[in-house]
Amino acid sequence: MADALPKTPMLDELEKGPWPSFVKEIKMAAKRSPMSKDLLGLLEQSYNEKIGHWKHGGIVGVMGYGGGIIGRYTDLPEKYPGVSHFHTMRINQPAGWYYTSDILRKICDIWEKRGSGLTNMHGSTGDIILLGTRTEELEPIFKELGELDFDLGGSGSDVRTPSCCCGMSRCEWACYDTMAVTYDLTQTFQDELHRPAFPYKFKFKMSGCPNDCVASIARSDMSIIGTWRDEIQIDQDAVREYADKGMNIMRDVVGNCPSKCMDFDGKEISIENSYCVRCMHCINVMPKALRPGKDRGATILLGSKAPIVEGALLSSVIIPFIKMEPPYQEIKDMVERIWDLWCEEGKARERVGEFIQRVGMGNFLEECEIDIVPEMVAHPRENPYVFYEEFYEEDDGDDEEEG
Amino acid sequence: MKTVDEIADAMFKMVSDATGLKKLKPTDLSKAMIETFGDDCDKKLCKAAIRELVNSGKLVYTYFGGSFLELPHREGAAND
Repeated sequence: MADALPKTPMLDELEKGPWPSFVKEIKMAAKRSPMSKDLLGLLEQSYNEKIGHWKHGGIVGVMGYGGGIIGRYTDLPEKYPGVSHFHTMRINQPAGWYYTSDILRKICDIWEKRGSGLTNMHGSTGDIILLGTRTEELEPIFKELGELDFDLGGSGSDVRTPSCCCGMSRCEWACYDTMAVTYDLTQTFQDELHRPAFPYKFKFKMSGCPNDCVASIARSDMSIIGTWRDEIQIDQDAVREYADKGMNIMRDVVGNCPSKCMDFDGKEISIENSYCVRCMHCINVMPKALRPGKDRGATILLGSKAPIVEGALLSSVIIPFIKMEPPYQEIKDMVERIWDLWCEEGKARERVGEFIQRVGMGNFLEECEIDIVPEMVAHPRENPYVFYEEFYEEDDGDDEEEG
Repeated sequence: MKTVDEIADAMFKMVSDATGLKKLKPTDLSKAMIETFGDDCDKKLCKAAIRELVNSGKLVYTYFGGSFLELPHREGAAND
């Protein structure tokens, strides 16, 4: 491009330092793309004025879908015609984020031809984020991505694109096949993913073990986290090898166990597995000596979210242990029951975690036909919203009311 | 049991009547249909009707803090 890039002293500050800079990337793209060039100018103006110059487009999309496109227009189209339309496309990523270099080149070719050339690999939901295109390019891009077997992801009040850790493909701690579950749920809930019908968004994230590398316990409405229900596997020879090489097992492993369920007599480690809370610390520190048990499955948790309407929430356990075997029908049936209740009773923009807080976990579990079990809580009497009615005599309630 | 087309027509009328007055969510439409037609309608039928309305272009999904179904129109934020 012959024209020089706009002067951007404010943005230039964000190029300083040893870390990657989005400004540097936009400048690189701006040498070829008028959209990226105008984006630089618009951003610089916003930084100077401390005012955003984006308008939210609520209608743009592709025929038949209600999600996957986030409409954006600038309110300064005459000054920055390149970003007059600057819609974002969310593309459903492959489970585990595995690509061939060939397919990445093809995606980039489409985006350089029909969009700004700017991408975000990947967004917080895990999707491929393609930043900036015009309304008339949406259908052609959708068609061309479809020819590469890519589909749009979720946006709006729908199932957001399910995502997972790399699971069994690369990690020895994976207690179930996260990629298979992610693919299966994505295929099963296509209608819910593309046609928003919920009070608000609903996210699935699959982690293969309690290390929870995709932070599902904090970032997804339904967290499916791998675990085991038998004993941690111990190789005592490997334990001694760690000790011989200088590891202070009492201090660094036993002393850091949150449930104090371990001991080390100088030769062997012993674990009281019924007290283990699956924190993974000992296994992470001594990977050659300790491994998750052999009877593996997952814990299902519900309700986490980032602070948008209400404050941040972590997920609560609703199924302490379930075997993860195709076709995962028990999980799908439970998800449908949860959605039915939430859609029926949930308020607009109320996440399922907020809904649970409003109606009470006990009522929620009862309506969703989920049995209350002691493993849902870490300590007795910790959870104030689950009541075991069989432990109360009828008179107890009367006394309370009278008092 | 009602047909998908009958439910779709009733939903389309409901959205048309509400245009300019209230934005309707897909669940608003489904609840209204089940209330109106009782046992002759269920959630599955409502889902199919919405899919038909959107695939035919008679209604479009919109997002304004939540997802709604509306008649196609030029949005206020759009630049030509």
